[in-house]
Amino acid sequence: MDFDFDSEQNDLREAVRGLLTRVYGDSESRRRVTTAEPGFDDKTWSRLAEMGILGLPFAEEDGGMGAGPVEVAVVAEEIGCVLAPEPFVEAVVLAGGLVAARGSAAQRSELLGALAEGSLLPAFAHAEPGTRWTASAAAVTATPDGDGWSLTGVKEPVPHGARADVLLVSAVVEGGTGLFLVRGDAAGLTRTGYRTHDGGRAASVRFAGTPAEALGEGGDATAAIERALAEARIAYGHEAIGAMDTALRTTAAYLKTRKQFGVPLSKFQALTFRAADMYVSLELARSVALWASMVADAGGDVVSAADRSRLQVSRASRHVGKEAIQLHGGIGVTAEYSIGHYTSRLTAIDHVLGDGDWALSRLAERVSDHETVDPLGAPYAG
Amino acid sequence: MRLQLSPELEAFREEMRTFFTTQVPQHIRDSVAARRHVSKEHYVETQRVLHAAGLAVPHWPVEWGGRDWTPLQRHIWREEMQLACVPEPLAFNASMIGPVIAAFGDQEQKERFLPGTANLDIWWCQGFSEPDAGSDLASLRTAAVRDGDDWVVNGQKTWTTLGQHADWIFCLVRTDPTAEKKQRGISLLVFPMDSPGVTLRPIELIDGSFEVNEVFFEDVRVPAENLIGEENRGWDYAKFLLGNERVGIARVGSTKRLLAQAKEHAREITADGRPLSEDPRMAARIAEVENELLALELTALRVVANSADGKPHPASSVLKLRGSELQQAATELIVDIAGPLSLASSAGEGSDVPDWARVATPEYLNHRKVSIYGGSNEVQRTIIAGSILGL
Repeated sequence: MDFDFDSEQNDLREAVRGLLTRVYGDSESRRRVTTAEPGFDDKTWSRLAEMGILGLPFAEEDGGMGAGPVEVAVVAEEIGCVLAPEPFVEAVVLAGGLVAARGSAAQRSELLGALAEGSLLPAFAHAEPGTRWTASAAAVTATPDGDGWSLTGVKEPVPHGARADVLLVSAVVEGGTGLFLVRGDAAGLTRTGYRTHDGGRAASVRFAGTPAEALGEGGDATAAIERALAEARIAYGHEAIGAMDTALRTTAAYLKTRKQFGVPLSKFQALTFRAADMYVSLELARSVALWASMVADAGGDVVSAADRSRLQVSRASRHVGKEAIQLHGGIGVTAEYSIGHYTSRLTAIDHVLGDGDWALSRLAERVSDHETVDPLGAPYAG
Repeated sequence: MRLQLSPELEAFREEMRTFFTTQVPQHIRDSVAARRHVSKEHYVETQRVLHAAGLAVPHWPVEWGGRDWTPLQRHIWREEMQLACVPEPLAFNASMIGPVIAAFGDQEQKERFLPGTANLDIWWCQGFSEPDAGSDLASLRTAAVRDGDDWVVNGQKTWTTLGQHADWIFCLVRTDPTAEKKQRGISLLVFPMDSPGVTLRPIELIDGSFEVNEVFFEDVRVPAENLIGEENRGWDYAKFLLGNERVGIARVGSTKRLLAQAKEHAREITADGRPLSEDPRMAARIAEVENELLALELTALRVVANSADGKPHPASSVLKLRGSELQQAATELIVDIAGPLSLASSAGEGSDVPDWARVATPEYLNHRKVSIYGGSNEVQRTIIAGSILGL
């Protein structure tokens, strides 16, 4: 048992941090990038590709780096530290993860190779209006059409759905939920993109008899979706840890410099105790986030570990995000200062794939299945 | 980053588990499991069984019974002990005065005290807090004045836990009232509780128990050789003592056991025609405490896996704060599961209320102490804000 990063992982962190700090070290530059389309910086995306980050978790024969969940965690945390808008978790971990898990050799090689090179952006079109956080599809249906399939229905919100070159779409098939590929230029595809509150991008995606290709063998992919969502929840957990870490450090620095009543705010115990509580929330969440990635690495029960991470990170994100603004005072709710953007991003992460109460409901259903939780034993140790 | 324990540590864990569940008398472990009062005899018997196997003071120097274990091994040892409902080696001996004497005592003191301290032949109690020196311990006033070969002690200590069983007391006393900083004029003296001039008065607690005491000193003569370490360095020893085994204070194993009991009891209580455990709100409450406990356990593991270089991990300050809150959350949960049965705390024979429900509220009330002792949670927040966040 070991919670330390090895030297290669530390090098990876330094490299990613170096790049992202150069681009987004000043929060004004992030604002500029997120205000313009496509909402992230194409040059930075290419740099990440050159560094191997966009192929990090994929097998080498598919054009990837063959790295594991811990390397993914390192990158996600650095993304969170500066709120880099590049869709690493969305495109690489989630959409790419589905292709890696279910795609045929030809699909993997084509899509993951291009994703790793930075020349193709995939997005997972899964959420449907009126439902939330399930692994299955209900409103978008797939019907066989000649050699391929045709899709009908609406997906929304689809993160980066308007910009994506290829959509991975979950749709109702006989016996469950299937996964399909839809090219960005497909007929009968209507995409309406918009900005999300955290500076990201999402879209409404309408399928009207849109031609689609089955991912891999086709058939029910619910379990694969559940697993890919779990891996993305774990990675988002690290992105949130990075964001909370910066939010707390920014808040502590502010308390030391901002003066009221003739003294720095750090002289007021009512404020410093609340900052201490933020630290407690952050460190407890960090422990679970790291553990969840170690469970994924060890081949343990990644779905359960992701729920546990999601719950802890969600509670911490809300606590740290809200307190970071309150301890700043009025400047915390302005767009020109950084801290509110951290809270906005934490709020987005909290809702994209399941919030804390949602994770808690799932854990509560199974709480009687075990007497105690052994984080180093079954079912987590693999 | 690696989740699994090494094969050696797996074997170590198994060895600990086997020892604790087979070598410590079942009736003693049953009484801890039932959260009944642990008697002096049970503490002594258990510690001697542990010490005979080298498991009472593994964190001491090897020549005095230590095992030279890593922090992770010590963590596993403690967790397994708590999970197996083994009364832990008396903290005043094993975690407090023993390590201080081993580190700062002279050879004669080590030979005189350490073997009996490890084996619980001497039962120690702690003379630190005073009526006007709680969180602000350094303002203590109990005075020791040199008179020939003796120190003469006058004053009062309080919150002296299990002082009623104690043979000896280790006591912080003011030996230089003129020192510029109040921390500088304090020394550490040890003396028998039956010394002339020592009076002990029990304090009844809110749960009806007698755990803590006031101790009064009136012209108590303490031979000069009973000063531990250097004169006026007592504050350093106190800090050493309180910082010792900070990780153990999280009490994860013990809270895990409480939570497992809570689940079991929730199955035994019927609410609206079904087991309370099936009520979604109750299940969610248990699941949330369970997850927070997991977060605490993982944080403790992060700290012990990392502290091999001797520097305390910054996250270690979280352990006391959150550990105490979760012990309290678990005891509160059990009271709520007991519901109206929790009123029957003093029921005797002829009552149908199960034992666990009878002890629930006294235990909950008693556990309010855990966020107060060992540096109150407000002191912990001060430490986090100051030494970690630089505020």
